[in-house]
Amino acid sequence: MKKRTLITSAIALVFAQALPAAAQGKDPIRIGAVLSTTGPAAYLGDPQLKTLQTYLAQINQDGGVLGRKLELVHYDDASEAAKANGFAKRLIDDDKVDLLIAGTTTGATMAMAPLVEKAGIPLISLSGAVVVVEPVKKWIFKTPHTDRMAAEKVFEDMKKRGITKVGLLSETSGFGQSGAKETRAVAQKYGITLVADETYGPKDTDVTAQLTKIRAVPGIQALFVFGLGQGPAVVTKNYAQLGLTVPLYQSHGVASNEFIRLAGKAAEGVRLPSPALLVANALAANDPQKPLVTSYAATYWKQYKDEPSTFGGYALDALMLGVSAIKRAGGTTKEAVRSALEQTRGFMGTTGQFNLSATDHMGLDLSAFRMLEVRDGGWTLLK
Amino acid sequence: MLSQLLQFLFSGLTVGATYALAALGFAIIYNASGVINFAQGEFIMLGGMAAVALAALGLPLPVAIVLAVAVTGLAGLLIEKFAIEPAGRADVVPLIIITIGASLVVRGLVQVTLGKGTHSLPAFSGEQPLAIAGATLLPQSLWVVGVAAVVVAALAWFFGRTARGKAMLATSHNRLAAELVGISTRSVLLLSFVLSGALGAVGGILVAPLTYTSYDMGIMLGLKGFVAATLGGLGSGLGAVVGGLLLGVLEAMTAGYISSAYKDAMPFVLILLVLFFMPRGLFGAKTIDRV
Repeated sequence: MKKRTLITSAIALVFAQALPAAAQGKDPIRIGAVLSTTGPAAYLGDPQLKTLQTYLAQINQDGGVLGRKLELVHYDDASEAAKANGFAKRLIDDDKVDLLIAGTTTGATMAMAPLVEKAGIPLISLSGAVVVVEPVKKWIFKTPHTDRMAAEKVFEDMKKRGITKVGLLSETSGFGQSGAKETRAVAQKYGITLVADETYGPKDTDVTAQLTKIRAVPGIQALFVFGLGQGPAVVTKNYAQLGLTVPLYQSHGVASNEFIRLAGKAAEGVRLPSPALLVANALAANDPQKPLVTSYAATYWKQYKDEPSTFGGYALDALMLGVSAIKRAGGTTKEAVRSALEQTRGFMGTTGQFNLSATDHMGLDLSAFRMLEVRDGGWTLLK
Repeated sequence: MLSQLLQFLFSGLTVGATYALAALGFAIIYNASGVINFAQGEFIMLGGMAAVALAALGLPLPVAIVLAVAVTGLAGLLIEKFAIEPAGRADVVPLIIITIGASLVVRGLVQVTLGKGTHSLPAFSGEQPLAIAGATLLPQSLWVVGVAAVVVAALAWFFGRTARGKAMLATSHNRLAAELVGISTRSVLLLSFVLSGALGAVGGILVAPLTYTSYDMGIMLGLKGFVAATLGGLGSGLGAVVGGLLLGVLEAMTAGYISSAYKDAMPFVLILLVLFFMPRGLFGAKTIDRV
């Protein structure tokens, strides 16, 4: 499970000659990571670790940070939140890391939170739920958008189109239920009434029963599905099978090319909020995020021959936010790094523009999401 | 109103047919050995995943399907040969635990070799839904139900009319007596694993175009299949089918008329009731214990 030495020593061996003299002989900056690289959340954690490894090597190759090399100490919590706490303790007590990039899932982050707060070490989480940064915890930050923002972005689009009566169909997974809760909470703010509220299981093979029930609701104007992975694709297929005509909205949980591949023709016309990464090529040339997301996509493809995912982007943003804070703090003193993180303004990441403050440890706004529509088997940006 | 009911019924029968196919796999191995094979769900997954992987290599769909069924049958054979057989005359409970271990191995191997992604197979006869009295049905659903019916008929013939099938039943009733009359119980057990592996693969391949397939899909299907098998009476082919369909329809009706939140709880409530009042299931054989 421990992979730090492999990477750093390989890099040290190959690039020792090329490194500036300043980077040698000084203590490395140690970054601790607890990610879910195996188990059910592996599809989130796996690209995150790959991203960290790739960019860490690149930073070291370019001379490191403040003349010091970066060193990654990584543990895999196997998607079990309970394990994360033990690894965080080991990272803090034994490995003596300077910064934590940890928590692929909300459960893992929350399991580590009390320990991290007590130890006083900055942690940048890669998990989605609002609860990670609300209420604000002194030492804990996060890079991904929240599910509440996804719901707000969708409602914003609905409001623009004059849709007010919406059916909600959410997954019984943690992601779906947290999303559904936030959806219910913000609906009123956008003048939206939820006229149906149904659920389906993440491994359900057929949801026509729920959809038939929703179809029968009088006056329904749109359907909003909150889920992750294959479930929403099943919903989309069944939706086409039943010949439903109200607009279908999905959450950012399906913002990946896999969704179009799975749902096929049925996905035509589906609208969803997505980070810019997914539509890197479709972004306007003057879009401030364009250079960053296209370069990340190219780097990731070159290294792994695979499309980068939004989840890997969260890790890249966390790493770069951390590096930027360490640079501004002029060292790795924990309080200095923490307050530098808190003072991050106008930092452009793959996820969006970060403007952190003492009261906002995420720092993203709705502009971090783009509304997309599936057209001709591809993504189209909606204005 | 009627079209709504019909839609719920279609939904239930489609899902129920997949449960029935899973339940039949449980029934075969239970008949041969008294063991509940918790790797059955993984056979279903393996069939679907293997078909997807082979089709991705460029093989025509029918060839990929036949090969995938063969691969899964082989997996069943290997599990019996290298996990069940070495345990010798162990009790039923250790054998059941071995099958749980085998399922973890299969799932892990697929995860590592074929990846963690979700895959789909093209539908056998197109994606155009059929409209019947205001309700819609995908042609693939007819495939699932049709093949399930054929499999049931074939199995009934096998167990009722062939010597090998009867030998299997005899082994399940009394292994020692079966050996005494010259039945090779070892080969019976081997055959049962190959058969249920192949059967699971058929199920996995049939549902792949409807529901997608991924390395971890076997857990839930296996569980529902087990519930269906228990509901119908363990070891009974007819019971497995009735149990599966009943379960599917019940889930759909619950989601449609009560609330989707209770959908997954219903089968377990039902199984508690059935086991309480009819401990052998709906069609389970009556056993007489001699004291």
